[in-house]
Amino acid sequence: MRALAWQAGAVALVLALLVVLVVQTAANLRLRGLASGFGFLGRATGFEISASPLAYSPRDSYARALAVGLLNTVRVALLAIVLATALGLVLGIARLSRVRIVATLARAYVEVVRNTPLLLQLLFWYSLSQALPGPRDALRPLPGVFLCIRGLHLPGLAWHGGTRWLVAAAGALAIVVGLLRGISRRQRDRAGRALPTARLAAGAAAVLLVGAIAAGHPAVTLDRPALMRFGFEGGMSLTPEFAALLIGLSTNTAAFIGEIVRGGILAVDRGQTEAAAALGMSRARVLRLVVLPQALRVALPPTTTQYLNLTKNSSLAVAIGYPDLMSIADTTLNQTGQAVEVIALVMTVYLALSLVIALLMSAAEP
Amino acid sequence: MRSRRDRAGAAATAVVAACLGYLGFRFLQWGVVHAHWALPPGAASSLCRASRGQGACWAVVHERFRFILLGAYPYEQQWRPALACLLFVALYAASAVRACWRPWLLGLWIGVPAVAVLLLRGGWLGLAAVPSDAWGGLPLTFLLSTVGFAAAIPPAVGLALGRRSRMPAIRVLSIAYIELLRGVPLITFLFMAALMFPLFVPQGLAVANVLRAQVAFVMVIAAYLAEVVRAGLQAVPAGQYEAAASMGLRYWPATLLVVLPQALRIMIPALVNTFIAFFKDTSLVAVIGLFDLLGAAKAVIVDPQWVGFGVEVYLFVAAVYFAFCYAVSRYTHHLETALAAGGRR
Repeated sequence: MRALAWQAGAVALVLALLVVLVVQTAANLRLRGLASGFGFLGRATGFEISASPLAYSPRDSYARALAVGLLNTVRVALLAIVLATALGLVLGIARLSRVRIVATLARAYVEVVRNTPLLLQLLFWYSLSQALPGPRDALRPLPGVFLCIRGLHLPGLAWHGGTRWLVAAAGALAIVVGLLRGISRRQRDRAGRALPTARLAAGAAAVLLVGAIAAGHPAVTLDRPALMRFGFEGGMSLTPEFAALLIGLSTNTAAFIGEIVRGGILAVDRGQTEAAAALGMSRARVLRLVVLPQALRVALPPTTTQYLNLTKNSSLAVAIGYPDLMSIADTTLNQTGQAVEVIALVMTVYLALSLVIALLMSAAEP
Repeated sequence: MRSRRDRAGAAATAVVAACLGYLGFRFLQWGVVHAHWALPPGAASSLCRASRGQGACWAVVHERFRFILLGAYPYEQQWRPALACLLFVALYAASAVRACWRPWLLGLWIGVPAVAVLLLRGGWLGLAAVPSDAWGGLPLTFLLSTVGFAAAIPPAVGLALGRRSRMPAIRVLSIAYIELLRGVPLITFLFMAALMFPLFVPQGLAVANVLRAQVAFVMVIAAYLAEVVRAGLQAVPAGQYEAAASMGLRYWPATLLVVLPQALRIMIPALVNTFIAFFKDTSLVAVIGLFDLLGAAKAVIVDPQWVGFGVEVYLFVAAVYFAFCYAVSRYTHHLETALAAGGRR
């Protein structure tokens, strides 16, 4: 009975709060003559977006602009997750290195990154990019790679051949993989050791690609960035905003993942390492085949949390002007004045993104 | 076998040391040898601009450090924010000493922010009133994080208890609040505070930007802290609940007198970690136009005279954040081992 009263009281309180909020907001909207509802999504935006994976022009609708923002968020988050995981793995292992200077360096990195705000790091990377020389005096760290105030320009692959050659190449690759698997299975039955199929297949694909380029096949060419009248053209390019966000997010999250990996490695029983060493395995093989598989099992759940954080943190793009979902929502909000709808939309999308990541990661859990 | 490993280690050390030495040399060349530390009076930043790329321009920090640290507070009144900073630092220092872990420390966590706000506001005893728009720099960072943290603890405990409650309605409400606020970027709530808040309250009721951001922080920190408190509650053995119940204690006395005090001891390190996390995250108010430590730094390089010297300014601000956060995180580390040792028999 008491329990029922408590619950009824709590629910009533929350409902009352919501009702007051809704009534007050509706009254304020009427007073200011602001529209409500999602009708604005169909109107033309009138603003440009500096980087868009979709075809977009200022005549397109707010809905499309927000979709561009969402794609940009997903793009930077996915890439940053991959980079952060790779760097985090290296950091976690380096933290436990027997070589003192490597361990100290990794520790210093982790401490600096974890004890300064992420937003500060993003602004730092962005100002660093803005301190680079102009396109005419671009830095050339590697042949074909240009680094200047307009961003990072890399050679890219240009595809001119249409789908015919793509299908042919995929077919050839499929046959090679099929053959390899057959050989690998026979080898395993006979000698007890399978072939590294994945690596051989990747090698075959690389040979195919390099062969096609070297043979001067018209379907695929290497596209180098070149300095034109209005800056670099051709190749792949990363805008300074995108590069700063990508570097900031991945180097930041890597420090946190590094600590998780380190914890995971320390959680593996010493007996495992010793047993593997007693079998005559080298240290690298022990790490790769015995320690890491067990460590990663421990590390997976907290790493999921880091991926979620990274995705949420990508919204700090708004501070450096990368057109992610939050920046475009911010612009939309300022232009339309429909704060309630825009913020509700943004919250729903981020919640959905978090949910998708959490589901994917729990599917990956062994 | 052994010697081969040693040789590999020595080679790795040599390679890393060489790289490090080279980078360190380049950094010293830039940051010390060719750097401008201060500008002669009257000289503009052109001296720095002339040596762009060769040397750092610490002169920007030298000229603007009072603005970065204390914000746009009236110059001759700046002893007030400076004093507020000292009070906060004293509060943190007292909180770190275990002999001070007494009920009066709780009073201090309420008292110090209150005194700091009074100092910053003025308008009493002949102190000139200063509007909150002029507050900034380190005192604002301290204020937002300290008040945000202290005010979030009571709702956090409530939410954590609610999430573990046997009453389904209370549990669902608590889970909804916690997961909603944790699942959405913090910046969303700051935008809400800055842009949506006027729609929520009766017209004509003006609430200062700082206060709105503060409320947003309290709401979000409460959700994150609730999870810390929940973990602490979970770590208290079930036998404690049962023993309290068998002594005839009802829910509230058992929770307040038996379970929570033990949970508090377990969760202290996690509490401090959350504090550091949000101390860093208060920097997000720079995005909604408040001049906290980071916001003030951002404002400095908007000044046409200092455009393009972001690297120097941000390095300085990073050093300030690092000094504070590193000290606190080393302290938690020490605390973890000390408390774990105390828990052993």
